[in-house]
Amino acid sequence: MDENTKREIIMENYTHPTNRKRVDNPNYFKINTNNASCIDNLDIYIKFNHNIIEDIAFEGEACAISISATSIMINNLIGKTKDEALTYIHEFYHMTEGEEYNEELLKEGNAYSNIYKQGNRKTCATLPFRGLEKAILEQNK
Amino acid sequence: MNRDDFPLLKQDIIYLDNSATSLKPQTVIDKMNDYYTNYSANAHRGDYDLSFKVDKEYEETRELVKNFINAQHLEEIIFTSGATESLNMIINGFFANYLEANDEVLITTSEHASNILPWFNLVSELGIKVKYIPLDSNYYVTLDNVKKSITPHTKVISIAGITNVIGDIRPIKEITKLAHENNIFVVIDGAQMVPHVPIDVTDNDIDFLAFSGHKMLGPTGIGVLYGKIELLEHLKPQKLGGGMNESFDSPEEVYLKPLPTRLEAGTPNIAGVIGLGEAIKYLNNLGFAKISSQEHALRKYLLDKLLPLKHIDIINIESDSAIIAFNVNNIFSQDVAYYLNKYNICVRAGNHCAKILKSSVGVTNTVRISLYFYNTFEEIDNLVELLSDYDKIVKEMI
Ligand SMILES: Cc1ncc(COP(=O)(O)O)c(C=O)c1O
Repeated sequence: MDENTKREIIMENYTHPTNRKRVDNPNYFKINTNNASCIDNLDIYIKFNHNIIEDIAFEGEACAISISATSIMINNLIGKTKDEALTYIHEFYHMTEGEEYNEELLKEGNAYSNIYKQGNRKTCATLPFRGLEKAILEQNK
Repeated sequence: MNRDDFPLLKQDIIYLDNSATSLKPQTVIDKMNDYYTNYSANAHRGDYDLSFKVDKEYEETRELVKNFINAQHLEEIIFTSGATESLNMIINGFFANYLEANDEVLITTSEHASNILPWFNLVSELGIKVKYIPLDSNYYVTLDNVKKSITPHTKVISIAGITNVIGDIRPIKEITKLAHENNIFVVIDGAQMVPHVPIDVTDNDIDFLAFSGHKMLGPTGIGVLYGKIELLEHLKPQKLGGGMNESFDSPEEVYLKPLPTRLEAGTPNIAGVIGLGEAIKYLNNLGFAKISSQEHALRKYLLDKLLPLKHIDIINIESDSAIIAFNVNNIFSQDVAYYLNKYNICVRAGNHCAKILKSSVGVTNTVRISLYFYNTFEEIDNLVELLSDYDKIVKEMI
């Protein structure tokens, strides 16, 4: 993916994020995810149907990287099983650590493939994924 | 001015986060190196020359601090790890024993977390009440609003001398006068004030003052608690251990040392204390008159250049100190900070530990520029050039 495409994906998802809205439905599981070191703070709402993630939405305040990453996460993980989602999340972490990862699987997620070089933005990109991961693990308990 | 004194400024960096911490002059660094290199013995303990020199330097700093804030007694100067520890000692060591259920403490919504959370803790532990002095339209504390907030239950007013987001200077002398007429104690959080303006605890009749070394050219991990001696006598030590006791034979027979040693248990931050002394010497030599006039000139210059920029919303157009908090239209403050960071400009984004200020100002996060005397007009030119171009910010913020 070239730098321009990455930029466009990030900006498009930042300015028009998917499902940025408050959800007041008891069928949704709500989880807060924030960065201790900065001010990103998002609530993520997830609708599970047994093993399937039927819907995800979010609201809150965060930087362009966090918001766009949340939107991309939503675009790629709605309709997936919990295990598929966890696989995606772990591949995303590998990418943000600068390790080998499954490029094909991450699709638009590749927009952050250089973020491992910017220590201070790594946590922004992983913010929504850490939230979703926690929600899945709590659901699986 | 004085840029050559600060080794960090030799790097290609524009440092505009002085409210978080200041840079350190070479003299402070050298002084601490000298301690570690040439006489790194313990204090108050040894009977040999090296240790004697430690004691001398350590106590000389106490004298420097006393004169710096015009305290009346050396015993009124307690070394702590910073403003946070000082405030916690004041609140948990003194006020936790003095206050009772339903007593009221007045603070403001623009206080730093370290002057809020210890009080909140007493709300749950003792049933005291924390009330807020309303801020005016510039987020200032007026004497009138203090007056209106006082009730027969008010026992303490605990406020910053200068706040870390708005940078307003509070009318301390008038407040302490009013407070004392009503038998109310006054705690001043001096973390942002002491580095920037002269403060006279005697003339202002301040009961307790807290501040940190690292925001005033000194090292991290050192701060000061000032208290009037008759109040400090009643401050219960939160830390017990070596150095602060006279004798202990059994739990019934523990005798503590007099002030100030009683409140400085354990091996102190000796290098920090000595470094703080050197920082105070530096500030004394430079003089607050020069520091203030440079800061004001810089702030005015920056403000005049930012005001015409339509995409920039300045939160504190009025301010007495060298802080400007703003937002760029529709851009998250952290993204602005990341953008400036690409050009080696250090600014702070966030709520600046004043999390409840948002209820007054209506915005949660801001970009904060905080200046000190070593900043320059050219640095501001560079900053403003980068901020003037909205499209460039949007393009380069990710
Ligand atoms: C107004 C105010 N009070 C207290 C503090 C706490 O100081 P420290 O972290 O050095 O203990 C700060 C530091 O940012 C501050 O700005």
